[in-house]
Amino acid sequence: MVKGIEIRTSPHLKRALNVQQIMRSVVYAMLPICAFAIWQFGLSAALLLATTTGAAVATEAWFSRLRGAGNTVADWSAVITGILLGLTLPPGFPLWMAAVAAFVGIGLGKALFGGLGYNVMNPALIGRAFVQAAFPVAITTWTPAFAPSRFVELIPTTLTAPFMRPESVTDWIAGLGVDSWTGATPLAMQKFQHVETPAWDTFAGLVSGSAGETSALLILVCGLWLAWRGCLDWRIPASVLAGAALTALPFWLVDPGIYPSPWFVLSSGGLMLAAWFMASDMVASPVTPWGAIIYGVFIGALTVIIRLFGGLVEGVMYAILLGNAAGPLISAWTQPRVYGAVKKVQAKS
Amino acid sequence: MAELPKHQEDLSLDTFVRGLWKENPVFVMLLGMCPTLAVSNSAINAISMGLATTFVLAGSGALISWLRNWIPKQVRIASYIVIIATFVTIVDYAIQAISLDLYAALGAFIQLIVVNCIILGRAEAYASQQRLVPTLVNSLGIGAGFTIALFALGSVREILGSGTLFGLHLFGAGFQPWVVMVLPPGGFFVLGAWLLLFNWIKQRGERRADAPTGVPANAR
Repeated sequence: MVKGIEIRTSPHLKRALNVQQIMRSVVYAMLPICAFAIWQFGLSAALLLATTTGAAVATEAWFSRLRGAGNTVADWSAVITGILLGLTLPPGFPLWMAAVAAFVGIGLGKALFGGLGYNVMNPALIGRAFVQAAFPVAITTWTPAFAPSRFVELIPTTLTAPFMRPESVTDWIAGLGVDSWTGATPLAMQKFQHVETPAWDTFAGLVSGSAGETSALLILVCGLWLAWRGCLDWRIPASVLAGAALTALPFWLVDPGIYPSPWFVLSSGGLMLAAWFMASDMVASPVTPWGAIIYGVFIGALTVIIRLFGGLVEGVMYAILLGNAAGPLISAWTQPRVYGAVKKVQAKS
Repeated sequence: MAELPKHQEDLSLDTFVRGLWKENPVFVMLLGMCPTLAVSNSAINAISMGLATTFVLAGSGALISWLRNWIPKQVRIASYIVIIATFVTIVDYAIQAISLDLYAALGAFIQLIVVNCIILGRAEAYASQQRLVPTLVNSLGIGAGFTIALFALGSVREILGSGTLFGLHLFGAGFQPWVVMVLPPGGFFVLGAWLLLFNWIKQRGERRADAPTGVPANAR
């Protein structure tokens, strides 16, 4: 087959992934997680995801029109931000607040820095951090997973009128007939009552929590697929998880009655979702191999420290934002030596 | 910083008006950020702070302008600070006498007016070179610009952060306060948003002015 032979000088690139292909792969990888969220939390989760995605895309379109630099919606990155944001919010989160989060995330987190490729931090987490600071009650109002009526009715807080305070869900939950609902996620139960939810439940995702963070197993599978496709640097999620587990281990060994087991740390809360889909954000993470590992371990360790000793139940959001902020510095520290170059001699002063 | 007036300025409308827009201390010169961000969490705090600063600006400006030929150049900064501190002390006691609540809300930022760089900046750049009346008018203009800017921040932060304006409820009891807006980060967000708006309006105006001459707007 003479026709198939190509003679060129190196590098012999077999395929070039462009931004759009990578972003689309990430969207595909998140679809099973979205489906699980909808199956678990019902109509409210579906509306929440649709709202955040729609608002993120609309914001992106608006800002790219203002900049007059062509429509940047087509690179799919706004869709990712929208879906990720939706997955990190409680399923009954009022839709107007979700739209605010998406607007702030894309607008403040990305567009104002110059769009995709220039954002310092992960836009979805900027949006979430903003609503966490603005609406601290609504973002910690959890509802039970697998409510019997989840496909026929919405969680009452979902359709709160814009700028209005969401009503209390206590009565609604009492009417659901879900036994032993304490209003707490596995993380909160562990932190405040030192009751560890069975490992299989948190790993498979049969618990309450944010819309898309519950099933560690599903996220792990989707993340591994992405890593296999080459759409994320495997070092980042691996070192985030390793950093978290290794930080949690000594505490657990000292007093398993109070501190969570490394296994629980890995499978609960948003750590798995954050490690695979947010910490690995290509723009906001360091590019050097060692840099990626340092960055990941930093995020993992910080997450556990915030969880164990901070006022908040979950710390992975702030850990990643801090990691993002430190990213450029880590990159600068871990520049690999150019092949053949001589080590710089320190000038004597 | 605006260019220093080299000659004695004659009193005109512009002496006052340019402090509101063209030389607005917050939105154009970006001076006095510390009180701007710190006490603009409600409209009433913002206006009081603005008025207090205006009083100090006008008083110290007038006195410095009046004494400008007697203050030796070498010790001028120290002399200005003494004059400014005098007026800040007056304001400090006056606010205590008028409303203790307001005094508590503004806290240390009243005393800190003394180190507000708008005031020292005006003293150095304007009052020390200009006659008494233009200085007084210009200081009042700058003070009004500062007050307007603080009110612009304070009203947005109060409306979003607690659903009220001057303590009056705007949206009824069901309003969801945006807690972050009355916290320090809210000050940065709102200031950034106003700067964005002002620069956008300014650039649009310049683009329109440039358009007939055929100069591309982004070629500057």
